[in-house]
Amino acid sequence: MRRTLSAMFVLPAILFANAASSEEWFWGIQAEQLEWRSGEGSEAYAWDADAFVGTDELKFVLRSEAEYGTEEDSFETLENQFRLQVPVSNFFDAVVGVRYDSPDNGPYRTYGVLGLKGLAKQWFEVDADLYLSEYPSARFEIEYEGLITNQIIFTPSIELDLPLADDEATGRAAFGPKLEIGGRLSYDLLDRAIAPYVGVHWERTLGESGRLVRDEGEDDDVVSFVVGFRVMF
Amino acid sequence: MPSWLLRRALVLGAGLAVALTGAANAGEYNLTVDRVTVDTGTFSRSGIGYNGASPGPVLRFKEGEEVTINVTNNLSEPTSIHWHGLILPFDQDGVPGISYDGIAPGDTFTYNFPIVQAGTYWFHSHSGFQEPDGAYGAIVIEPEKREPFRYDREYVVQLTDAHPHSGNRIMRNLKMMPDYYNRQQRTLFDFLKDSREQGFDAALADRAAWGDMRMMPTDVEDLQGFTPLINGRSTEQNWTGLFKPGERVRLRFINSSAMAYFDIRIPGLKMTVVQADGNNVLPVPVDEFRIAVAETYDVIVQPKDNRAYAIFAESMARTASVRGTLATAEGMAAEVPDQRMPPRLTMADMGMAHEGMDHGSMDMGGMSHTMPDGSTMQGMNHGGAGMTGMASGAHKMPDGSTMKGMDHSGHGSMAASDPFYAPGSGLTPTAANGGKFLSYKDLRAQKPLYEHREATREIEMRLTGNMERYIWSINGVKFSDAEPVRLQYGERVRFKFVNETMMTHPMHLHGMWSILDVGKGKWNPIKHVVSVAPGTTVFMETEVDAPGQWAFHCHLSYHADSGMFRKIVVEGGPDGKSAQVPSSKTEG
Repeated sequence: MRRTLSAMFVLPAILFANAASSEEWFWGIQAEQLEWRSGEGSEAYAWDADAFVGTDELKFVLRSEAEYGTEEDSFETLENQFRLQVPVSNFFDAVVGVRYDSPDNGPYRTYGVLGLKGLAKQWFEVDADLYLSEYPSARFEIEYEGLITNQIIFTPSIELDLPLADDEATGRAAFGPKLEIGGRLSYDLLDRAIAPYVGVHWERTLGESGRLVRDEGEDDDVVSFVVGFRVMF
Repeated sequence: MPSWLLRRALVLGAGLAVALTGAANAGEYNLTVDRVTVDTGTFSRSGIGYNGASPGPVLRFKEGEEVTINVTNNLSEPTSIHWHGLILPFDQDGVPGISYDGIAPGDTFTYNFPIVQAGTYWFHSHSGFQEPDGAYGAIVIEPEKREPFRYDREYVVQLTDAHPHSGNRIMRNLKMMPDYYNRQQRTLFDFLKDSREQGFDAALADRAAWGDMRMMPTDVEDLQGFTPLINGRSTEQNWTGLFKPGERVRLRFINSSAMAYFDIRIPGLKMTVVQADGNNVLPVPVDEFRIAVAETYDVIVQPKDNRAYAIFAESMARTASVRGTLATAEGMAAEVPDQRMPPRLTMADMGMAHEGMDHGSMDMGGMSHTMPDGSTMQGMNHGGAGMTGMASGAHKMPDGSTMKGMDHSGHGSMAASDPFYAPGSGLTPTAANGGKFLSYKDLRAQKPLYEHREATREIEMRLTGNMERYIWSINGVKFSDAEPVRLQYGERVRFKFVNETMMTHPMHLHGMWSILDVGKGKWNPIKHVVSVAPGTTVFMETEVDAPGQWAFHCHLSYHADSGMFRKIVVEGGPDGKSAQVPSSKTEG
């Protein structure tokens, strides 16, 4: 594992050395989700945000995904990723990085990240990651921006998280996927910088993972009403 | 006194001060580069200007004059001034990293060069995004000899696309999201409308075809949300030029926009185009013309009635417009025409011109499409579609076949045929009143500058880009990765521009003239900007007569900055004329 991780840092270092110093640097912050979720008996704040800095050839990305339960007063999930993105085709970037999960109730987990991110045909935004550790998993996210008008946008999204090995401590069993389906209706209030939205978010834990979740006394099937805003700056 | 009037008074004062310091044959001029406020009426923001205003003063030179221009940088960042279209020694050209090091904050740089031409030009910063932020002004050069046309008064009509965001912010946003500023995208409602008109299947198939390419037919202007200005004034602020009925008025149109092309008309008046990019052309009467970014056109109008006439400039994508006024008294205003429907790119603009077209009945064999001179097309029957001189080369068929036996007759969009647009292009302009719209093919040099001769070699430049990443390039290589283009002094180079992108690119060569091939041989017009529409191939020739190193780039600010840019090195030259090019590594 350690070897895999160190290789992940050597590779971008080589790439970075090749990126000409005359390259212009850009930065940006994008939060696709920054919301309050209200579901059957549970309320939470949640976010899914990226901050990046880099050039055309190499981007450094910090990604944070979290759900903070207001009743429990704790982070139910808290994922932190440091990702390096390099273009591999006109529309796709390859990703290498590390992911560190630190939910308040543990357990903490560290993964190596290998992925692809880009724009598929017909304007589907795709994120496909492989998380490598002794508890490997794969994740596939797809999102589409449907323009009702140029300011009112409906964004359906699907996220499938597939554990490839048992990790009972985190309530995950091999090949028992967690499926998240969302639909968010936003309005570009201030340019594209701030877009408030309302929507629904459905989380379903399937297979053996579903049983583990139920054993914990939690729901394996939660529909939430969400309200929040998209941020891009 | 309204603030814009006060500002105008200041501009006039500054212009006067400039004029007074100039002597007949050795003029000295002073420019300061200042932080200014750009106020469009709809927004107000900090920008950059000259002598305290944006636009800066009109610099009036005389052909044959030796000018000295002291430029003082009052900014807290480096700056530069490029004299757009002027023929001068390369170290006076004002491009940091290529001509010189630029002008440091607080420094004064003194430009010194002879004026060897006449006509309408402009100047602007070549540093970062200072030009989009307001750092531009006009240059008018009075000729030594009598001009081949007559006029009673003249006005500079300088257009720009003032944006509420700073240039740096715009570039960053475009890199983050290339359609950040495209607010004309097709929506659910457009889909429903198209479904009604074309049928559900056709509407869906059309979406699928564009979605397959991950491109948008609405992508005509990368940058929307700007307020166009004429001489620094929006429609409401109504720039006004006065005339007496019957007078001939020369309007010197300059497009100083960062990104916007404009279609210009004066309802009720015919315009006679007499000059393009500072060089006289055989007069062409038109109802409307399109001005690419960084081009200039001089037109003469003769308003006969005692009333106000609107000078109306609509951006090419119809996202914005500006009205100025020609009137017999201050305070008069002409009606503001409605903006027309936005154009949509077609598959022709994607270089897929003939997909789904009827290839049935007409023999167009021999259309090998290297015919800016139109010669191979003589004697062909185009069913009256007026396709003679098809300079465009968008004839790569998706299946690799040739275009033998194509039927262009009766194809609706061919009615607005212009060889400088791909056949079937959605961008081909038509005049609002149904009259004459200027085409490049109408331009002929009034007096050729060079003896006509065969080009010594051809250099192909494919105009390329990756829209999704907002990287623009030439031959697939962006500036930061590219070697300079090396030319030999004394050659005549034929540049072949093949536009493989769906955007229109105004290509600008510094220091040497661009002789645009419109198929008229020695009468081809002499320009400094050559606009290349999507899906077309355009040729220009350059007599390599200026030693040194020069910039060559797309004049859309954000395309140039993101890589559609080259350094051109002219090697050799006669004794005493060959340039002292700094040997140190240069990067622009």
